[in-house]
Amino acid sequence: MPLEGTKMIECDNVGKTYVNDDVETIGLKNGSFKIEDGEFVAIMGPSGSGKSTLMNILGALDTPTTGKYYLDEKDVSTLSDDELADIRKNKIGFVFQSFNLLKRSTVLRNVMLPLVYAGMPREEREKRAIISLKKSGLEEEKFLKLSNQLSGGQMQRVAIARALVNNPSIILADEPTGNLDTKTGDFVLKTFQELNNNHKHTIIIITHEQEVAECTDRIIFIRDGEIASDKKISRRIIK
Amino acid sequence: MKVADLFEEVSFGLIANKSRSFLTILGIVIGIASVITMISIGQGSQSAITSSIQSLGSNLISITPGAQRNFGFGASSGRGSAQTLKNTDATAIANISNIKAVAPAYSARYQVALKGANTNTTIMGTTPEYADIRNVTVDQGSFITPEDVTNKSKVAVVGPTVITDLFGEDYTDNPVGMVIKINKIEFTIIGTTKSKGGTGFNNQDDIVYIPLDTMQKTVAGVKYLSTISVQAASTDAMSQAQNDITSLLLDLHKVSTADFTIQNQNDLASTATSTAKTFTILLASVAAISLLVGGIGIMNMMLTNVTERTREIGLRKAIGAKRSDINLQFLSEAVTLTFIGGIVGILLGIALSFAMNYFGWMTTAIAPYSIFLAFGVSAVIGVVFGYYPAKGAAAMNPIDALRYE
Ligand SMILES: Nc1ncnc2c1ncn2[C@@H]1O[C@H](COP(=O)(O)OP(=O)(O)OP(=O)(O)O)[C@@H](O)[C@H]1O
Ligand SMILES: [Mg+2]
Repeated sequence: MPLEGTKMIECDNVGKTYVNDDVETIGLKNGSFKIEDGEFVAIMGPSGSGKSTLMNILGALDTPTTGKYYLDEKDVSTLSDDELADIRKNKIGFVFQSFNLLKRSTVLRNVMLPLVYAGMPREEREKRAIISLKKSGLEEEKFLKLSNQLSGGQMQRVAIARALVNNPSIILADEPTGNLDTKTGDFVLKTFQELNNNHKHTIIIITHEQEVAECTDRIIFIRDGEIASDKKISRRIIK
Repeated sequence: MKVADLFEEVSFGLIANKSRSFLTILGIVIGIASVITMISIGQGSQSAITSSIQSLGSNLISITPGAQRNFGFGASSGRGSAQTLKNTDATAIANISNIKAVAPAYSARYQVALKGANTNTTIMGTTPEYADIRNVTVDQGSFITPEDVTNKSKVAVVGPTVITDLFGEDYTDNPVGMVIKINKIEFTIIGTTKSKGGTGFNNQDDIVYIPLDTMQKTVAGVKYLSTISVQAASTDAMSQAQNDITSLLLDLHKVSTADFTIQNQNDLASTATSTAKTFTILLASVAAISLLVGGIGIMNMMLTNVTERTREIGLRKAIGAKRSDINLQFLSEAVTLTFIGGIVGILLGIALSFAMNYFGWMTTAIAPYSIFLAFGVSAVIGVVFGYYPAKGAAAMNPIDALRYE
């Protein structure tokens, strides 16, 4: 269990500039904030404001072009490729905005994949994947379907299940309820709240919806790549 | 990542991309099979030529009348018309040291008849030594004897093709004792010869042997020879023997430039072998081109594969795959494809070569080096182009790989 009160995530003037064919696009600039163990945070902001850019950096999937990002007080830019792989494998569960499932593989295989790299035995993998899928609210009859035969909302839940399966201490979810109806969305949010309560998982979600953001304890607002506001709230508990 | 899991990921990867895997394997199969087959055809004809030259006789020197007008073998244009070789020449050659046997011969084509059937074939008037020198083996009966020559006997030893032509395809009896007509003169068959195999440039089975004197006096009415076959005592003695014969004949004929052509079998063999080698090189180049084309095909498939799967590589990295896990997976996929393709290709190549031999279309001999060469080249191409781009993709950060188009 992560220790309470430590600064798990710390951004110090983090910025990201994309360069494509000599054209520079600023994705994020001068982002400085800290997120402690066990927090449940929502990131909000208009489309194109840099939310996904930030999330990718927090997930150790992309590197900032300026500033420093500390994860567990270690500067991520100094970590080797293998150390980053270990962090992604053991510490972080990431839900992509565009899901990124293996199209020609079944739901179950997709969810089990992170555990393959963790070297877990087969039966154990399957057991965990099923538990995880149930937490994400996917109907059981879909477990053996190919992932490209699912609806957007179903794919989203598979992506969530995959992020939860390795029991990570940080869950990063880019619009996890974007494709879900209120009822299913609430089911997922309830899962997140429970994980946050019971196991003190640190959870960061991106959302456009105020009601979704209100389920967390803190809202960071981004506009034009900059942090416009950062305030604590008291969450709306889903029953 | 565990080995069993790696194996599973690899087989899923290959099955999920079925048609791509299939096309890659197909490219490898075609490349390898064509190289093996073509080189086996080249090797086969090389050994066929060599063995048909060996069947002419060992340590053979042959002398034909008329000067040699151009280089290479089979060149004496004066043959048949020139009358410069005499029986006395043969007798004189027999006295040279280092010579084991001499067989003078006169041959011409005549009509041979048996009851209704008749055929036009080579009639070879010669002496008993001919059989030894030229590797003629008797099947039934016997070959010409010295007495047959001195007595000018009307006896004949018949080659298998002539027997078929005269007696029909299905004839299996013993023709010894039967009478045939050569140029309207009756001859008794005293023997038949074994087939020398007709794969050579001329059919050595379409022939009838009769005693030399009978041929010269009774059948053709000539006093000269068309060939003298000489067997040297050993391979080493051949050039010495050839020089001795040349100076002897120049003396006997009282000329300063040769009015005869002398060839030794080693020259013939080396010319023919080098021709066959050229042929093999030609086929090998065709095979090399097909291997190259196949290789480009494999390369193309592998590169497309990795490009298309860069997103997958990004995803795998995002959920915790190490760079080495990705490298190992793609290396194993490439190795699996090349091995499946390689083994099928080798088997197909061998099967094709055997089939060509079996059905008698071509003489083939599989060269082991061609198997290693073909397999080596496609394995290297497959593994290099399957592995290196994947290695590149595995080195990208996950987001860049996921966004890759
Ligand atoms: N790979 C890239 N190359 C160039 N520009 C990029 C790239 N990724 C993002 N951007 C730019 O960076 C800015 C921030 O993009 P980002 O994806 O972080 O937005 P977002 O807040 O997640 O938007 P949305 O709510 O639509 O998902 C945008 O202007 C975008 O065009
Ligand atoms: Mg986004």
